Amino acid sequence: MAEKPQISSNTTSANFSSLPVILLLGLFSLPLLVMYAYLFVDTISDTEVGSLIPNEFTLRHWSFLWETKTGKPNIWLVTLNTFIFASCITGVILTVSSMAGYVLSRLNVPARGFFLAGVMVLHAFPSVTLIIAIFIVLQWIGLYNSLIGVILVKAAVELPLGIWLMKGFYDTVPWEIEMAGTVDGASRFTVWRRLVLPQIKPAVMALGLFSFLTGWSEFIMPQVLAPGAKVQVLSVYLASLIIDDNNFDFGTFKAVGVFYVVPVLILYVFFQKHLMNIYGGGTKG
Amino acid sequence: MRILLDKFSKSFGSTRIIEDMDLEVGSGEMLALLGPSGCGKSTTLFAVCGIHRPTSGRILFGDRDVTHLPSQERNVGVVFQSYALYPHMTVEENIGFPLMVKRVAAADIKKQVADIAALVHIGDLLGRRPAQLSGGQQQRVALARALIRRPDVLLLDEPLANLDAKLRLDMRSEIRRLQKETGITAILVTHDQVEAMSMCDRIAIMKSGEIVQIATPSDMYKDPRTSFVASFLGNPPISFLKGRAQQGAFVLGENGLRLPLAALSGIADGTALSLGVRPEHFGTAGGVPVEGRVVFAETQGRENLYDVVLPDGSVLRSIQPVRDDVKPGDSVRWNLDSASTFVFAADGQRL
Ligand SMILES: Nc1ncnc2c1ncn2[C@@H]1O[C@H](COP(=O)(O)OP(=O)(O)O)[C@@H](O)[C@H]1O
Ligand SMILES: [Mg+2]
Repeated sequence: MAEKPQISSNTTSANFSSLPVILLLGLFSLPLLVMYAYLFVDTISDTEVGSLIPNEFTLRHWSFLWETKTGKPNIWLVTLNTFIFASCITGVILTVSSMAGYVLSRLNVPARGFFLAGVMVLHAFPSVTLIIAIFIVLQWIGLYNSLIGVILVKAAVELPLGIWLMKGFYDTVPWEIEMAGTVDGASRFTVWRRLVLPQIKPAVMALGLFSFLTGWSEFIMPQVLAPGAKVQVLSVYLASLIIDDNNFDFGTFKAVGVFYVVPVLILYVFFQKHLMNIYGGGTKG
Repeated sequence: MRILLDKFSKSFGSTRIIEDMDLEVGSGEMLALLGPSGCGKSTTLFAVCGIHRPTSGRILFGDRDVTHLPSQERNVGVVFQSYALYPHMTVEENIGFPLMVKRVAAADIKKQVADIAALVHIGDLLGRRPAQLSGGQQQRVALARALIRRPDVLLLDEPLANLDAKLRLDMRSEIRRLQKETGITAILVTHDQVEAMSMCDRIAIMKSGEIVQIATPSDMYKDPRTSFVASFLGNPPISFLKGRAQQGAFVLGENGLRLPLAALSGIADGTALSLGVRPEHFGTAGGVPVEGRVVFAETQGRENLYDVVLPDGSVLRSIQPVRDDVKPGDSVRWNLDSASTFVFAADGQRL
């Protein structure tokens, strides 16, 4: 199972030296690295105006972690909201697309072609253009300024891609597995849950991760549909720091930015393997 | 349990694959569905196990009409051509799956899996995954999974097609042994006549969705109803001579071979005919001498195979005990056993 990555890392050194490649990549990534390093240094130091060299160490910019700024919601509440937002989106997207994808791939439902085309069109449609209409609808049904409302909207907007992806992966699962399952006495639902779904597990993991990251970084929807202090998410919180023209604080802005990106980095470290898998064709053996 | 197909038809969209097929498989019998690829064998099999709904007609197990029963309720065991093992489960979970969905107690499943695994000789592989098994072992797992529910009917779709030659030989007798030991009614789908002849009680030979003939292997070999059946059975295959009827005899070419045959009495002179001669009926024994030139010789160890071109250009095949005196290019005068030949009309029907 773990052979794949090993092979690819070994073969590079077999044919040519990887050193020039590493040097070149290093050279090109250097500006990025410097920027990230500088960003982090900036959050824990003060720099005199006009200078590039930090002159004193301070935790002042990170104080948002332990004291709530006036007029701003508590950072931990905001973080929790963001987690709820991203996780619920992931849950909805995974549940709906893994089922809808199966139906579109395998079941002889009426108007299947129409649904397939519809999913494609919806995916291509720029969802921002809908935001005013959605705003009105949400306000009308009383879900404006609530996490539920924005979760439903964001999940719905992401669903076409998820369904399409899942359908593609289901298409690669051999029919015989399903035939064998039904002949063995399993209901169609059991066949899906116990036999077919496990075949596309890597794809499900990857879609889950993507959905979480999309939710985590989403800004426009929460900003427009749920800007209230109780339901604010990190991206909105971050934006609110510089939107205030009178007293903006770049140190804190940068610190919140770093704080915002840390969970993403952690996720990438843990799920890297699954992420690679979705590009490598998903299921194996 | 007896299986009966009554006027069974199956179409996919507007393409008719099977039309009005009648077929009866006796209880405890093993029947081969033999035919070239694409003739509808799998389609028939999938209808019997409930994966395909028949377009019309009935399917009966015993006296029970199962035509509209979903496959879950038919109690059939199926071995698919690709085995269709569940890749994410161990061998033990694979075999136990049919019981698991029936909610049999875990301890019970374990015991039954162990029993059936011993029957197909894979008791020591239970912890592995399908990807870690050889083709023959996967085949045995598929068999065990098909048999564990004690099905009324066992269906095998080209079970040996993906195995290498030696293994195929082993599994042939293995499957037959299991079928006999369990006394189960079985249908074997295959395009390999050797498999059909060696494993089954009877053979139903199919051509483009129709059953051409049903008979025991030896009856079918000795008494083929059409030239298609004759050409499908036998290895090396039968050879055909194209000729005409003349006063109750088969005549090849202008002044060529002339064979008086009982089957030709009453056939009008000049009728186009084709004469089937099996390789074992052309050689040293037999009454009618035939002259020709050897163009191909091949030794198969115990026997030699020769292709002989007759003066008019048609080819007869001959199989004989190993001999060293004949080489390609030699002219020979061998004998044809005219009583064992088959005459077919131009449309392929036996006369
Ligand atoms: N699901 C299907 N849809 C349309 N045509 C099919 C389907 N399954 C089989 N066929 C067609 O039916 C014919 C018989 O197929 P099959 O029963 O699989 O043949 P075989 O005798 O090789 O098993 C083939 O021409 C095949 O193309
Ligand atoms: Mg087939």
